[in-house]
Parts: sequence; structure tokens; C-alpha cells
Amino acid sequence: MQTDTLIKMANQIGDFFEAEPNQAQAQKDIANHLNKFWTKDMRNQIAAHVQTSQGVGLHAQVIAAIAAHLNP
Amino acid sequence: MDDIKYTTHSHSVNKYDPEKDYGTPKKTSEKLVSLEIDGVTVSVPEGTSIMHAAQLSGVTVPKLCATDSLEAFGSCRLCLVEIEGRKGYPASCTTPVAEGIKVHTQTGKLADVRRGVMELYISDHPLDCLTCAANGDCELQDMAGAVGLREVRYGYEGENHLKAEKDESNPYFTFDPSKCIVCSRCVRACEETQGTFALTIEGRGFGSKVSAGNQLFMDSECVSCGACVQACPTATLMEKTVIDMGTPEHKVTTTCAYCGVGCSFNAEMKGEEVVRMSPNKDGGANHGHSCVKGRFAWGYATHKDRITTPMIRKSIHDEWQIVGWDEAIDYAASEIKRIEAKYGKDAMGGITSSRCTNEEVYVTQKLVRAVFGTNNVDTCARVCHSPTGYGLKQTIGESAGTQTFDSVMKSDVIMIIGANPTDGHPVFASQMKRRLREGAKLIIADPRAIDLVENSPHIRADYHLNLRPGTNVALISAIAHVVVTEGLVKEDFVKERCEWDSFVAWRDFVAKPENSPEAMEETIGVSATTMRAAARMFATNGNGAIYYGLGVTEHSQGSTMVMGIANLAMATGNVGREGVGINPLRGQNNVQGSCDMGSMPHEYPGYRHVSDPMAKALFEAAWGRPLSIEPGLRIPNMLDLAGEGRFKALYCVGEDIAQSDPNTQHVTHALESMECVIVQDLFLNETAMYAHVFFPGASFLEKSGTFTNAERRISPVRRVMAPKNIGKPELKEAGMEDWEITAKLSAALGYEMHYKHASEIMDEIAALTPTFKGVSFKKLDELGSIQWPCDDANPAGTPTMHIDQFVRGKGKFFITQYIPTTEKVNAKYPLILTTGRILSQYNVGAQTRRTANVAWHAEDVVEIHPHDASERGIREGDWIGINSRSGETVLRATLTERVQPGVIYTTFHHPESGANVITTDNGDWATNCPEFKVTAVQVTRVNQLSDWQKEYKTFAEAQIAYTGKTSDKKQKQPA
Ligand code: SF4
Ligand code: SF4
Ligand code: SF4
Ligand code: FES
Repeated sequence: MQTDTLIKMANQIGDFFEAEPNQAQAQKDIANHLNKFWTKDMRNQIAAHVQTSQGVGLHAQVIAAIAAHLNP
Repeated sequence: MDDIKYTTHSHSVNKYDPEKDYGTPKKTSEKLVSLEIDGVTVSVPEGTSIMHAAQLSGVTVPKLCATDSLEAFGSCRLCLVEIEGRKGYPASCTTPVAEGIKVHTQTGKLADVRRGVMELYISDHPLDCLTCAANGDCELQDMAGAVGLREVRYGYEGENHLKAEKDESNPYFTFDPSKCIVCSRCVRACEETQGTFALTIEGRGFGSKVSAGNQLFMDSECVSCGACVQACPTATLMEKTVIDMGTPEHKVTTTCAYCGVGCSFNAEMKGEEVVRMSPNKDGGANHGHSCVKGRFAWGYATHKDRITTPMIRKSIHDEWQIVGWDEAIDYAASEIKRIEAKYGKDAMGGITSSRCTNEEVYVTQKLVRAVFGTNNVDTCARVCHSPTGYGLKQTIGESAGTQTFDSVMKSDVIMIIGANPTDGHPVFASQMKRRLREGAKLIIADPRAIDLVENSPHIRADYHLNLRPGTNVALISAIAHVVVTEGLVKEDFVKERCEWDSFVAWRDFVAKPENSPEAMEETIGVSATTMRAAARMFATNGNGAIYYGLGVTEHSQGSTMVMGIANLAMATGNVGREGVGINPLRGQNNVQGSCDMGSMPHEYPGYRHVSDPMAKALFEAAWGRPLSIEPGLRIPNMLDLAGEGRFKALYCVGEDIAQSDPNTQHVTHALESMECVIVQDLFLNETAMYAHVFFPGASFLEKSGTFTNAERRISPVRRVMAPKNIGKPELKEAGMEDWEITAKLSAALGYEMHYKHASEIMDEIAALTPTFKGVSFKKLDELGSIQWPCDDANPAGTPTMHIDQFVRGKGKFFITQYIPTTEKVNAKYPLILTTGRILSQYNVGAQTRRTANVAWHAEDVVEIHPHDASERGIREGDWIGINSRSGETVLRATLTERVQPGVIYTTFHHPESGANVITTDNGDWATNCPEFKVTAVQVTRVNQLSDWQKEYKTFAEAQIAYTGKTSDKKQKQPA
């Protein structure tokens, strides 16, 4: 899948949790959403993007969520 | 529903019998009144008519103008009775029971009066009973017999109506005024049952007659629901099929295959042919009412376009080869195996439809999970109500509406958001209109002025919040702001029933000044005063119920909005009893069911996540196959990957993604890139034009199963004729129900599914799904229908959910930050296109376009505000090109102030319209539900079809020719 598509989707998810007062929880929720609804390939692709390209295009909170909580 | 026990003194209780006409509606008072009728004592609820009480005690009083679907009117004077100690002869239909009275229904005097009445009627009635279409099914005839009419003294020569002309304008029923007895049942049915008020009695005395506003029925306000036809006691209003075929000889109760109301019908049959569909008086969702689709639009099942033989081909540019069932199934199986070997399991998947039965959806997802070995199975709810599933699961713990339809009769304030019930859910709309005429308040949030705003007789919305498309979440937060800051929260309810911390976080969020109506009015396009007033009305007027549709879900913030609605309902204490609730109006008949049946890539039947080890173990044990814990691909993911050459095989059952999904060119490119597309459908739908294998399906009349409607009501679909998909005629194969086709494919792939009947599939579902534990075909036969959850605690089902506590325990509030869509208007695309549907057509129209319903909607048109039109020199009926970032299409314009300036609107019932050529890939953040409701566009006058439309026409004609059928694609186009 186009990494751009994944970036757009991940950022949209991140946006929903932006107003959450507890940002540590928000990070978990973002990653949990990806874990529950994205296929393994999609998750691996976005994780690779974070690792190899510093997650360019992704919002900071989403990068942090992926780095800390995404299931491989 | 009805727990009042009727008792009679001298013989046992007469059980309520839906086949019987009790003459006047049932009353439900707690207080019982005893009286004596023809020597028999009966006790009935206060307010019951003498006529109804008599029927209960086993005595039938003659009647003509009364029927139990309508309030009594008292015009025919045939139902007179004598009451001891009272003077005269009161009409039993309009006279309520009173304690201790003694009623006589049969005396010599009464017989004389009744004969006299009948004589008058018959003297102005044609005596062609033997050749009349209603012969044997005519109440006038029955009454003439019942009162013993033997002669008519007035002669037939005098002034009469016998030469009155027939009105044949409606494609489904005839109006023959020569047979009319002016009982006004039709007029009252149109008012009380349907709520359209299309009919009146014109003139007085002898000159009075029924009139559809002095016009032909087709030119009048009539919406062809058929309620008047059903109410008419004579042959005056009569189905054309009955006129053609004669009266039916047996009937089978089944469920409408169209919308999410899920009306129950009696299929009235002659052998294996349907004569008419009559709504079932006992139907839990419809109580004897219907709309034009369910009652009349079933002719598609025998339309000449229907394909009844399996077909295969190597390439989509080849002609189809007609083959037998075995060959088709073996070919499909060999292709699946080939693709699995070459590209792996994850390059394959399945899509089910909300038009499938529960049993079909269940076996298809089982096939994909257990046999294909992947969780790549999705359903068309992806593109409509997936945000409902997500949002309600998060907030209240169950992905379903909270109420019954009947609950609306106890609502005091009704809020409709992004739904158009009179067109999308007509039978429920009739019920809602009844409640509104009784005085319930109405708030409508919709960019467009739907009929309920001010175009429905005797109904006017108290507030129409005509927001800009895409600002739902801003609106719900602004409303919540008012509730929170003006002290309108039901704190007791919230404290007891909800997670307090989540409430506090939400309260503090919506209370922020930036969420106030004043701060948001510019964005939303509705004045702050109106929003404040609407919010107060909702929160302070008793039972508040929210009904919503795709105008909520089909947005980039669809799931957020669903949560916002749940937040508001919880904060105002409007969950957990009758009259309130969160009510998603589901588009298609089985949206609820297809989600319940585990056709989403991340969850098993009963909404259990695929990574849940208990669920996995349970299904592995039951199915005997290893299952994957990884969520599968959603439809948009499948299509993206297919376009990149990484998704190769699709089994698509009953769904037409090439028409119903956004960005058509993206979809068709994906389909073209696959190596094996298997389509199972009645027709060569748009997707099938890209298929390699076609399995002909069975219509809802040809199979058994169940549908689950918007109120979680599981209703039986019953086979009334043998399946017509008989395969290659020379082979003399029997037709198959759709689940049998799936099971055969499974067997060809090495996994036997040993079901002998759809009921056995339901037994398996019940065994594996706690909320369906008590469901079986046998119980459905007994109860008629069942609202899940149905388990040991609720053996007869659960009409209202979340009564003492939420399914998730405590209700959880979510913060709903408004985030504008990225689909923005600019100088190049200055207008917003939003989409919807109309009454006579259904979804992609594959069925309704193949019925006489096209008389009401032969093409999709674009509504545009006169201001926007005049700026562009567009006049009524002009052809206009609509351009978006995705593509272009050309449709005819109609000028109307229903849409606001800056917004245009169209429907998507016809494939050549290409409405989805212009919609974009944007979608809901949580579920990828497409943002159908917001597309930035520009429109211009044009004089030819778009390139896409021209290519489509050539392609579609070629594809139809490949089946050996002829194309009748008569596309209207600019001259
Ligand atoms: S068909 Fe329905 S809408 Fe039309 S006149 Fe009869 S009751 Fe009214
Ligand atoms: S059309 Fe039928 S229902 Fe209407 S007034 Fe005449 S007889 Fe009665
Ligand atoms: S389409 Fe809907 S409202 Fe109309 S008859 Fe069928 S289920 Fe009922
Ligand atoms: S049935 Fe009572 S007056 Fe007609």
C-alpha cells in the first residue's frame, strides 16, 4: 500500500486523540487502534517508515505512539 | 407487546388472531370494563368499541366503513346495535363499551335496517361480481350475504356512478370509482396509516367521491404505499396483479428484502407465483404497513435481465461461457488454489452485502476465515454504518441501536440528524409522523430541507439546523456546550450509569468557549440562537430520542459524531427506557445482521476481536481449522492493494462495489487488476462486468434465512418458490440458495460444510454467539420475530437495551474535537456535493430499476440552489458537468431551495450517473467509511456526457453483450 495512504490514515487517528487530556493514554489509544484494525503488513510498513525515514509526514504524537506501543 | 388479557364469562378467552378484522384498533387501558353481548359477558380494556368487544367474544357485527387499522368513523350505519335501556341504534364501531350494558347485535329490527342500508349501496354498484377482480375477496359482497340482501327495489336506472372512469395511472394499482361505496377507509388510511393526506372525499351526499386532489393518482401527492388499496373493502382500489392473476390461494409470511425497517409481509401466492405482497398486521416493525418498494417492487425477481446460469471466462474482455454449477464451482476453486499458491492467502478475500441473509453472511465469513485462511472479509456496512458499530461499541458497549421502532410513540422530542426517514425508512417515518401529529417536538439537523422540515402535512420541524456539510461534530459539541453550561445535564443518571472521569473530561471539553454556539456559528452556518434553542428543547422536554443516518456516518469524522450523539444521549439521561435512545437508521435490510455475523475483518460473529484468544479457540474448535489472530483488510485496503497488484482474488456476494463505493475509477482499476473476481448476484451488476466467475444468486423469495433490522429484530425470510438459478438448462440441475453455493465452493476447496437447511446455520450461530443463544428458526416460527440479545435471561429477546446498566458496564464519554475535513472548497471547486436517496429507488438500484418504480425516478438529477444556478447560467433541466478532484460526470439539474446556496445534492441509484466517479477516497478516521457526504465540486453547463460516461456506455454494452443478453441501457443524454 502507498505509505502516503497509511500516513494520512494514521494522522487522522492521531487527530482524534489530540484533545485527550492524558497524552500518555492517547499514545496508547492510537497504537491500540492500529493494532486492532490494521493488518500486520500495514503496521509493519508504517513502523518501517518511522524507523527508516523518521516517520516524515506523521504527526509527532503518532510517531511516538508507533515507536512505543505498536505490535509487530 | 400486548399483555392485556381479555376474558369472557361463559367461554374461554379468545386469543388475539391477526387474521381477524376487529373493526376498530385495540385499546390498551389497564382498566377493564365488563359488558354483555348477545348474552355473553366480556371484560375488555376501557375505550374499546362495542364492535371490537363483540369480535373478541366471538360475535361478528356487519360493517363496511370500519377496519381495525383505522380509527372508527361511523359512516356506513351497517354496524348498528341495540343497547338495553338506550334509545335508537348506536353504531357499534364508534360507541365505546360501558360497565354493565347489555348489547344485542342481531334483532329483527336491526336486520331490516341493515338490509335497507345494503340495498342503497348495491343500487349504485355494478353487479358484475362474477367477473370482478375482488370476487371472493370483497367485503361488500360478504355483507350483502351477511345481511341477507335478496332484492334491490330502487332499480339501477336512476342517477349513478357506474360510468365513472378508471384511473390506471399508478403502475401497481387501479382506481375504479364505479365500485366505490365512499366509506372513506382509503382517505383515512392515507392520513392515519401513511400520513401523506393525498386523498379526500370531494362533494357532498350522493355527489361525494374519492379524489386524489382532483388529479390522477400519479400526478398527486400519492407515494404509492398501498395502504389505501389494502384498506379498501371493494374492488375500487385494487392491485393490478390481482386483476391479472386472480385471488391468491395460499400465503407465506416473510420479510421485505429492501430497507432497514424490515417489514413483515405475507407473500400471497398462486402455486409458485406471487400474486401480491401484503404487509403483515402482526409484523413487529411495520404493524401492517409498507412502502412502495416492499409492497409492489418485487417484479425484478423475474426480470429478463436476471441471470440464472453460472458463467466463467478467462479475461474480462472475453465472452462469458455458460456452464453448469459443478464446472463453475470447480473453476472458481481451482483459481483460488492457483492464486493462493502463487500469491499467498493474504492476496485473497471476500465481501458480503447487507442484502444477504444472516446465514449467507455467516457462511461467507466462515469460508474466508477457515478455508481461505485469512481475515480479509468485509461487508458493505464499511461504506455506510461502520462508524455506528465503532462509536456505539466504544461508548455504550454494543454496536446496535438501543430501542424498538415502537419506542417513538413515547418520545417527546425527536432529533433527526443526517437522515431522511420519509424516503429512506418510509414505514418507520409513518409511525414517527403519527407521533409528531400527536404533538412531539421535532428538531432536524440536515444540510437540506428534507420533507419532514415543512413538506409533510400537519408536521413542521420546530428547528431545522441546516448546517454546512461536514460540520456535524462542531454542531453536536455546540449543543452539548449548551447542555453542560446551562445546567441541563442529568447528573444523577450520569453519576449512576457512566464513568464519571470520562464525563468530567468531556464536560470540561465541551464547556470551553471555543465550542460554544457563538464561537461555532460561522463554521456551522446556523445561528447561535437557533442552536441554543434547539439544545434546550432537546434537553428539557421529557423523553428525547435521536435518530440518525448516513448523514452522520459518511464523513471523515463519522465515528466521532456517533460518539458525540452517544455523549449527548447519556448526558441528558436519554438511554435505557422507551421513548428515548440512540437510533441508527440502517440503510439496507441486513446492515445490522451482516455486522452481527462477523463480516468485519477484525471481528468474529458477536463482535469479538480476532485477537481475543478465547474467541479464537472457540471458533477453531467449532470449525476445525486454524484461524488467524491478525485483522484482515477492509474494502478500501483491498482495493488499494489490488491496484498495486498485491490482492488478486475476491469472492463478492451480493455487493456491487463498482457502483456503491467511492471513486469509481479507483475501484474499477482495482477490479481490473485482479486475477479472479467471483461475483454472486441476481444480475450482471457493475462489479460483475469485471468478474471472471459469475454465480447466479437466488432472490429473497427463493430462499430461507433471516434478516436483522435496525432495531435488532431478527425476522424470517421464507422460501416461497424454488430457486430460479437452475444452472445450464441442458444439465437439469436444481437451483440453489445462496448459502448452498458458498458451501459448495467450500467443499471444492476441501472443506465440507454439512448444512442441510439454513436453520442449521442459525443453530451454529446461536451455539457460538452469546447474544444469539436463544435464537432458532423454531422460535422465530413461534414468536414471529426476535430482537437480540436473546439468551437465557431474555428468552423472547430484548426490545430496549441498556435498561439497568450499559452493556459495557458504565457508559463512557469521549472527547469529540471538531476537525474540518481535508475535502475543502476553493476557487476551483467552490461547491459541496452531498448525496442521498429517494423513496422509490433502493441503493444501487439493481432491483428497483428493474421494476415499475422507475415511473417515479427514471434518472438521478442534481439539486442546485437558484442562486448558484443563476450565477452559472444554469436553468431547470439543463445538463451540467460536475467536476471534483476525482473525476467528472454529467447530470441534469433541477433548481430548488431545498438545498442551501453552496451545496448541491444528488442520488446514486443509476450506474450511468457516475455519482461515485466524483466522490473521493477520503474516509472516516476510525473505520475508513467513505466521506460520501462531502465532495468539493464545480458545476458548469455542458452539452455532452463526460468522458467517463461515454466510456462507461461502450464498456457496459460490450459486457452485457458478452452474456448473450441485449442491452437496454437507454441513457438519457444531452440532445
Ligand atoms: S397509495 Fe398510499 S400515499 Fe397513495 S393514496 Fe394510497 S394511502 Fe395515500
Ligand atoms: S375507494 Fe374503497 S376505501 Fe375508498 S371510499 Fe371507495 S370503497 Fe371506500
Ligand atoms: S422498503 Fe423498508 S419500509 Fe418499505 S416495505 Fe420494505 S422494509 Fe418496509
Ligand atoms: S362500520 Fe360502523 S358505521 Fe360503518
